[in-house]
Amino acid sequence: MPTLHTINKSPFDRNSLQTCLRLANKGAAVILIEDGVYGAMKGNTVSATVEKALSDLSIYVLGPDMKARGVDESKIIDGIKVVDYKGFVDLTVENDKINAWL
Amino acid sequence: MKFGIQVNEGPYNHEASVTALNFVRAALEAGHEIFRVFFYHDGVNNGTRYTTPPQDDIHIVNSWSELAEKHNLDLVVCVAAAQRRGIVDEGEQERNGKDGNNIAPGFRISGLGQLIEAGIQSDRLVVFGD
Amino acid sequence: MSDTKKFMYINRKAPYGTIYAWESLEVVLIGAAFEQEVAMAFVDDGVYQILKGQDTSELGIKNFSPTYSALGDYDVNKIYVEKESLDARGLTVDDLLDLKYEDEDDDWAEKDSIQVVTSQELAEILEQQDVVFSF
Repeated sequence: MPTLHTINKSPFDRNSLQTCLRLANKGAAVILIEDGVYGAMKGNTVSATVEKALSDLSIYVLGPDMKARGVDESKIIDGIKVVDYKGFVDLTVENDKINAWL
Repeated sequence: MKFGIQVNEGPYNHEASVTALNFVRAALEAGHEIFRVFFYHDGVNNGTRYTTPPQDDIHIVNSWSELAEKHNLDLVVCVAAAQRRGIVDEGEQERNGKDGNNIAPGFRISGLGQLIEAGIQSDRLVVFGD
Repeated sequence: MSDTKKFMYINRKAPYGTIYAWESLEVVLIGAAFEQEVAMAFVDDGVYQILKGQDTSELGIKNFSPTYSALGDYDVNKIYVEKESLDARGLTVDDLLDLKYEDEDDDWAEKDSIQVVTSQELAEILEQQDVVFSF
């Protein structure tokens, strides 16, 4: 029963991404939305953790939230997929349940 | 697929209700059903028609109302959370002796059981909050 | 599909600083009447919700911590606390409220509702749920 995890906080502000990565099972999906999109960026102190997580998890980032914040796709960690709201909806359908790390 | 949506934050302090709006629109466009949108915590502030944002700003309350009318959505504001925060419909106005009400079109005030029911009846529950 | 679902309430926020902890407890209490299979998890600052010795008298706001002790009467007796969250905060189960329930399948023996579980165990428990509520 795979889970889609949603993260809406910057990993530099709160620990929701770190906690999610600790408690997500192999094969789960994670979508970074709202301020969570900063967790998808390369070249920062959190990137290595996220890159490592990609071997067990599928990670997605919500494009409209990236664009709003001036985060270009070229700044996103390789292997993280950019989706729109339609893609977000599809992820909630493909997984059995959604765990929002509020 | 049938979705239940929970919104925990007010319309302008936090992006959660905008994300929920866009998610609901995309789900409807993809042919899914929205069983109910349940507004909890400060999310109840999405349901006051007294909201008057500047003209160049998004009108989140009206966006919910319009979406509800177009797609016959069930927008439910939690009564306990609403009472704490001064969101009032005609029934609540009468029960609590208030001098008016402020509920926006398309919204209704009801109990927390409506959220639990959304969890039971929906194929997916998606929570937007802080 | 069976008509009961497994409901999990995840609590990650400390009490009093914001209203989330109290209003989410209200959902758990109301939800108990719906006869679903209910569990709660306390993770991160959520563990502070069930710390012993809360006294809000000088704030003038409601101390809702005694309400957790009533959960057993509502058949909410699967309360998981993540060990890593306790460890990170220098806490042990002895610092937490003593939450009990009476097991009707075991001649109403009084049992602990709180189970301290590792991250890995909690991850598996979360995987088995049908619906996850977050506040």
